[in-house]
Amino acid sequence: MQWETVIGLEVHVQLATRSKIFSGASTAFGAEPNSQACAVDLGLPGVLPVLNEAAVAMAVKFGLAINAEIPEISVFDRKNYFYPDLPKGYQTSQMYSPIVGPGEVEITLDDGATKQIGVHHAHLEEDAGKSLHEDFHGMTGIDLNRAGTPLMEIVSQPDMRSAKEAAAYLKAIHAIVTYLGISDGNMAEGSMRCDVNVSVRPEGQERFGTRAEIKNVNSFRFVERAINFEKERQIELLEDGGVVEQETRLFDPELDETRSMRTKEEANDYRYFPCPDLLPVVLDQAYIDHQRRSLPELPAEKRARFQDELGLSAYDAGILSSSRAMADYFEVVKDVCGDAKQAANWVQGELSGALNRENLSIEQSPVAARQLGGLVSRVVDDTINGKAAKEVFQALWNGEGDSADDIIDAKGLEQVTDTGAIEAMIDQVIADNPAQVTQYQEADDAKRGKMIGYFVGQVMKASRGTANPQQVNALLKEKLDQA
Amino acid sequence: MAIEHEDVRRAAHLARLGLDDADAAHYVDDLGRILEMVDQLQTVDTDQVTPMAHPLDATQRLRADEVTEPDQRDHFQRCAPLVENGLYLVPRVVE
Repeated sequence: MQWETVIGLEVHVQLATRSKIFSGASTAFGAEPNSQACAVDLGLPGVLPVLNEAAVAMAVKFGLAINAEIPEISVFDRKNYFYPDLPKGYQTSQMYSPIVGPGEVEITLDDGATKQIGVHHAHLEEDAGKSLHEDFHGMTGIDLNRAGTPLMEIVSQPDMRSAKEAAAYLKAIHAIVTYLGISDGNMAEGSMRCDVNVSVRPEGQERFGTRAEIKNVNSFRFVERAINFEKERQIELLEDGGVVEQETRLFDPELDETRSMRTKEEANDYRYFPCPDLLPVVLDQAYIDHQRRSLPELPAEKRARFQDELGLSAYDAGILSSSRAMADYFEVVKDVCGDAKQAANWVQGELSGALNRENLSIEQSPVAARQLGGLVSRVVDDTINGKAAKEVFQALWNGEGDSADDIIDAKGLEQVTDTGAIEAMIDQVIADNPAQVTQYQEADDAKRGKMIGYFVGQVMKASRGTANPQQVNALLKEKLDQA
Repeated sequence: MAIEHEDVRRAAHLARLGLDDADAAHYVDDLGRILEMVDQLQTVDTDQVTPMAHPLDATQRLRADEVTEPDQRDHFQRCAPLVENGLYLVPRVVE
């Protein structure tokens, strides 16, 4: 039987505010335990939460970026459960009237095709603290610095049909939130994490199968692996005549498998109700319009502009718009050198290659965009040839000079295009290699084509790589053929 | 809507309240009467009434995103039963 996989994602994004969602305590990462947990975060008696305007603005921006409805009124609810890293005994969240209504996210698949994934809603909530289980004489240590950090939870429709689509969706969300600057998107530090709902059904069946929810998947790669494992597990179960239980499962990246955490019967009953400490949040049209005006160009728009206005291929435009840092870097290079295609080639070729080798992100590049732009300018205006350009790039990478021009001067890499100078070098090479010249002249045309490479190499060497290779080739051919 | 002994037990467990059987019987009766009143309210036609999320006719004020809380850890931890290396210690939670 042919099976279809149905996937929905709940993505938690940590918002990049300075202070917490309901208190004035700092959200900075890596502080001393509990040094950023104030009376509100600790849930001490008599405190009142006050909502952070920046968290509201960030959620609204996200909503506008995915063409979602922004309801006039949203309401905070209490999600009640007991756990020591949740001192109030409830998480303040939004259940019935979230701040962002239904919207849509466009994903791009490997073959360049696009697909719209529905977003059911996105809501604001607070994060919990952290429990440390090791090394406290059999007790658990609680750090509440993270308690009250603003999160936005983005709940998708069950619109994805493969692990690849789910990963593409997660990447699209990542690109949107980092473009908007509302989250650093750092998955390793937990700034973005997701729960994955997976079910399977026979192809053609309309009703959804029973789903399992996989908790806390924290990388693009793990999302794909967890889904692929879970899909296979469910298909195998069903083909053996079993049934899929509705349950919560954990993904174990080391064993590459998911395992049961709790079943539906043990599922929590959170007894949501509107939080009496917080009043309804009312956003008027002027506020929403103000946020709309502050939206930057978004990934999909940038990709289209790179293709339509700069003439880049769909592939190049997709890669260069995949993150804001990459796009910003590329645009500086392009503006400095004035040639979009050369800029694209250098960013994706030499630069990306070097970054990958050293395992650096583009933000950590030792070569600044302005410097690479200066280098590409000299390639575009023929000041240096391709070989010299690579040498200049390496020098910039090693910090041997501030600009390409400085390095070109210091190393004498300026391309020699003076015919007289090149001819003099060619004459010298011909004089120094009589045997090779004879061989060349006795060879037929097909062989000559290959043999000329030797002479080009000698001339380039004599010019310390600075001769214009096209000129060398043409002049050599002329001289050897008539000699 | 009738409430059963089991419902009371479950609600008490979720709220981490210790009830003995006599307490539970008392709440079956008490909460049962509250729910009867709710049933009565449910019969009122509210089609033309906008649901409200809060009894006060006011909207949420927002605060500027500024760090205003200094570190008062030592002060707060004075009333904690057990702390170590800045952490609050609690009975072990099994994941």
